[in-house]
Amino acid sequence: MSENYNDNKIIQAQSSETVSAGGSGATPDIDYVRPAEVLEQDLYHGHSFITKWVFCQDAKVIGIQYFLLATFTGIIGLILSWLMRLQLGYPELAGFMTAEHYYQFVTMHGMIMVVYFLTALFLGGFGNYLIPLMTGARDMVFPYVNMVSFWMFFVAVMVLMASFFVPGGPTGAGWTLYPPQAILEGTPGSGMGIILMLVSLVLFVIGFTMGGLNYLITVLQSRTRGMTLMRLPLSVWGIFTATILAMLAFPALLVGGLMLVLDTILGTSFFMPTILKAGEVLEYGGGSPILFQHLFWFFGHPEVYIVALPAFGIVSDLISVHARKNIFGYRMMVWAIVAIGGLSFFVWAHHMYVSGMNPWFGFFFASTTLIIAVPTAMKVYNWILTLWRGNIRMNVVMLWCLGFILTFVNGGITGLFLGNVTVDVPLSDTYFVIAHFHMVMGIAPLMVIMGAVYHWFPLVSGRMLSEKLGKWHFWVTFLGAYSIYFPMHYLGFIGVPRRYFEMYDSPYVTSAVGMNEFISMAAFLVGAAQFILIYNIIKSLKTGKLAGKNPWKANSLEWFTPTVPPEHGNWGNKLPIVYRWPYDYSVPGAKEDFIPQTTPPSKVSDTEVEKT
Amino acid sequence: MSDPKIEGYDFKPGFRGLAQDAGSDQTMFKGVHWGKAMMWIFLLSDTFIFSCFLISYMKGRGSTPAEWPNPSEVFALHVGGVSVPLLLIAIMTFVLITSSGTMALAVKYGYERNRKMCGWLILATALGGLTFVGMQAFEWSKLIHEGVRPWTNPFGAPQFGSFFFMITGFHGTHVSIGVIFLSIYAYKTFAGHYDTGKRGWFTTIKGDYVEIEILGLYWHFVDLVWVFIFAFFYLW
Repeated sequence: MSENYNDNKIIQAQSSETVSAGGSGATPDIDYVRPAEVLEQDLYHGHSFITKWVFCQDAKVIGIQYFLLATFTGIIGLILSWLMRLQLGYPELAGFMTAEHYYQFVTMHGMIMVVYFLTALFLGGFGNYLIPLMTGARDMVFPYVNMVSFWMFFVAVMVLMASFFVPGGPTGAGWTLYPPQAILEGTPGSGMGIILMLVSLVLFVIGFTMGGLNYLITVLQSRTRGMTLMRLPLSVWGIFTATILAMLAFPALLVGGLMLVLDTILGTSFFMPTILKAGEVLEYGGGSPILFQHLFWFFGHPEVYIVALPAFGIVSDLISVHARKNIFGYRMMVWAIVAIGGLSFFVWAHHMYVSGMNPWFGFFFASTTLIIAVPTAMKVYNWILTLWRGNIRMNVVMLWCLGFILTFVNGGITGLFLGNVTVDVPLSDTYFVIAHFHMVMGIAPLMVIMGAVYHWFPLVSGRMLSEKLGKWHFWVTFLGAYSIYFPMHYLGFIGVPRRYFEMYDSPYVTSAVGMNEFISMAAFLVGAAQFILIYNIIKSLKTGKLAGKNPWKANSLEWFTPTVPPEHGNWGNKLPIVYRWPYDYSVPGAKEDFIPQTTPPSKVSDTEVEKT
Repeated sequence: MSDPKIEGYDFKPGFRGLAQDAGSDQTMFKGVHWGKAMMWIFLLSDTFIFSCFLISYMKGRGSTPAEWPNPSEVFALHVGGVSVPLLLIAIMTFVLITSSGTMALAVKYGYERNRKMCGWLILATALGGLTFVGMQAFEWSKLIHEGVRPWTNPFGAPQFGSFFFMITGFHGTHVSIGVIFLSIYAYKTFAGHYDTGKRGWFTTIKGDYVEIEILGLYWHFVDLVWVFIFAFFYLW
């Protein structure tokens, strides 16, 4: 193998199949690709408004539906965060808000942003839109199930929203929903609120499973001719691995949720120890509260990577396209994604250092946690090395990518603080934690989402977004987000506890008040800046510059559909054939600085392409 | 099992073959029906659900301060004045495992395009599943009659009833869903949908006997899970 490899490392524009499969004749056909294995997919084409836009079986429409609904819930999450910041920065203006309201807003903000916004947006939104296009499939493999998946998500969101209107309001137990307090009287929303939250989560998991099976099988079993796994864009790799994580992590949430529902409704004591309340012993007894924490975080930690891995993948593609360079260390990037995904199942208890579990247990989880830093750092180096001496286009997409790298490194480094037991214990439940996870899994993935929106909007709509508005949007968001979360590290160091409605007469007050006002101002500004994007989208849909085909001069398949935006079935009469990876940018000897995946070797025989 | 015939693709044996399949284009699992691959991944996910349930059960049983009821007394049946431990469970388990056998035969006759045999065997499997659920309902009602509730029971730790009803209930739901699908598939087999390739009710996917194998995978999984539940609840 090794000798062959050396010979073929720089080959005359051939691909791996051409060497092995076409070598029978005297002059092998270098454009040979194996014939199709799988029969053409039958698709159900919608013919009315309802089947085309509502109960649609086209993955692209389902992706947009996911995107819009997730954005809608995200805006609600944003408004909740405004209300929280109003209370923290200017309590005198927030007289309408009680402590109960504040806890409910904290809880709903957290759950909405993590599950119903980021997870749904990355996997449901980008996953549905990009996977079939990037793998060269006509659609997802089970379009009907895919459609049901979105409507399950819709019902889950509606149930979640309904909890705002039930007696007692939504649950205020914190997004981790820890029992016993989550279901005991005294916690806001301990009756209907928590039940609806758990029911909504169960529905979300069921709906997601339907979608997730589709994403996985489409990547594994329905790629186009010539598309090997190692020629997939990293976006697909990120979404694919995140989906595997979700398929294995959501079960723990489902089980924990069901047990907590039973504790609430039937009065079982899975998680409920003997409890004294106002001198009275409650009916509960003998359960294990820490069991819920284990179940929750066995879901909760992979969940972080369910959000992060698609972001890693997408940002790799965006950087490569807009730096006009192949992604540095593609294979290592793939293996890093897989390694991070695998390791993420062995770190969950680092969220529980102060939970009362055996401290030695904590040190094991500290080690695994720090090991994750290795593949993650590798990815960061590779992004930077991709930029290194690239032909960088400083457009809005690139700005978001650079913003991502900065915020992600920042949040990652504070992760090293919190991953160590001895450093974590004093920092637990302070604003340092808030700063850390908002940087690393709030702002950083959001930067990628924004970059991806500016990047793929021309494909979805056929028109470009305004660069000028985009730059305003970026700079306000980026500088504003730093102004919000950077001071929070300091608040954490001086010991300001998180989730507190107000600081009362604590010694932090004098130094924290001014800072809280500043953070709140920044939060209002950053939130408002997001409406620039909405305005930009609405305006550009009507009057934006026409994009035409492949406006970014990208290589990956989604830009090579016969029509822009692509129609149902994606590829017209003929499926594309793939000859190379999607990163042949600035190839020496090539006429243009990009060689699309569909370009056969014979067309570029005088260039030095790498073997992929 | 022989490799499927794929034009332009030479299978290799062993790990080299695995690596070659993984590195090839179009499909990872050569010649595997989409639905079958989907079912395997779904079952992997479902395995995690049942694992979480059973691990929670172990943790709950380990950490409750009250004494755990003795299963061979609680689950005993009184036959002619003699208390026979685990009698009902033994019958239930036997019925369920037998239904796995009829399912496997149904798959075989399906691939041989023996429509009638295939249909009857699917019906027999459904009947086995129905018997299982029926006996489970009997067991539940017996325990409820004796005062076992999800939140309390007369024998010891209240978590006993909680875990028992939750986990056997969740498994019973799986069996019931299986029975519903078996009935539908039996109808489709007798109606010849798999011979003519009639499209499904909601989808554009054409009927094929492979669907029976896919349902069979689910059914065997449900049986396998029962073996674990049996071991953890009744033998421990």
